[in-house]
Amino acid sequence: MHGFANPARFLRIARVLTVPFLVAGLLLTGASLYYGLVYAPPERLQGDSVRILFIHVPAAWLGMAGWSGIAVASFVELVWRHPLAGIGARAAAVPGAFFAFLCLATGSLWGRPAWGTWWVWDGRLTSVLVLLFLYFGYIALAGASAREGGGSRIAAIFGLVGAVNIPIIHYSVLWWNSLHQPPSLTTGGSTMAGPFLWGLMAATLGFTLIFGGVVLARMRAILADVQAEARLRRKAEGA
Amino acid sequence: MREALDHWIFVFASYALGVGGTLALVAWSWIGMKRAERRRDKARGK
Repeated sequence: MHGFANPARFLRIARVLTVPFLVAGLLLTGASLYYGLVYAPPERLQGDSVRILFIHVPAAWLGMAGWSGIAVASFVELVWRHPLAGIGARAAAVPGAFFAFLCLATGSLWGRPAWGTWWVWDGRLTSVLVLLFLYFGYIALAGASAREGGGSRIAAIFGLVGAVNIPIIHYSVLWWNSLHQPPSLTTGGSTMAGPFLWGLMAATLGFTLIFGGVVLARMRAILADVQAEARLRRKAEGA
Repeated sequence: MREALDHWIFVFASYALGVGGTLALVAWSWIGMKRAERRRDKARGK
C-alpha cells in the first residue's frame, strides 16, 4: 500500500483511470436509470413510485461508503502518515455529502406516496440526516486546515469519530420501530424480485464508478493545487 | 381516506434531482481538476 504513497505514481494511475471510471459510470448509470424509468414493472403495493429505488439505494450506499472511505483514509493518515490518505479523505467528502443529500431527498420523495408523509423523525432518517451534517462539518474542518496550511489531523480524528454513525444507520431499522423497511439485500441473500434486483445492481455499480471517477478527479485537483503552491513559494523565496 | 397521488411526479422529481445533481457534480469536479492542473503547469513554466 505504501507504494501508492508516492504522489507521482498515484498521478500516473489516476490519469489512466479517471476518464474510464467516469465514462463507464455515466453509461451504466444512464442505461440502468432508463431501464428503471421505462422497463421496470410497477410494484404490487408501491406502484410506479418503486422506480425511485434505482436512485435512492445507490445514493444511500454511496453516502455511507463515502464516510467509511473517509474513516479508513483518516485511520491510515493518523497511523502511517500516508501522504495521500488525507487528500483521498478530503476528495471523498463532497461527493459523499451529495449522495447523502440525494438519499434524503429521494427518500422524502418516495415517502410521500409510499408512507403518506415526507418525513418522520425515526432512527433511519434521523441518522442519515446526522451523516449529512457530519459531512458538512468535515468539509468545513478539512477546508480550514488546508487554508491555514496545517495538517489535517483534526479532520482525520473527526472522520474516524464520525464513523460511529455508520453502524447506527445500518442497524437503525432493526433496533427501532421505523416506517422504513428492513434491508432487502443482505449477505444472506435478497428479498427483491429479479427485475428490480439486476437493475438496482447495475445502477449501484454505475453510480459507484462515477463516485470513484469524481474522487480521483478531486484528488488530482488537490494534488495539483499543492504542487502549484509549492512551486510558487519556491519561486518567491528564490526571487 | 387515502388520497390518490400521481406517483410519476415523485419519480420524475427524483430522477431529475439524481441525474442533474450527478452531472453537475461530475462537471464541477472535472472543471476544477483541469483548472488546478493548468495552474500547476503554469507555475512550472510549461
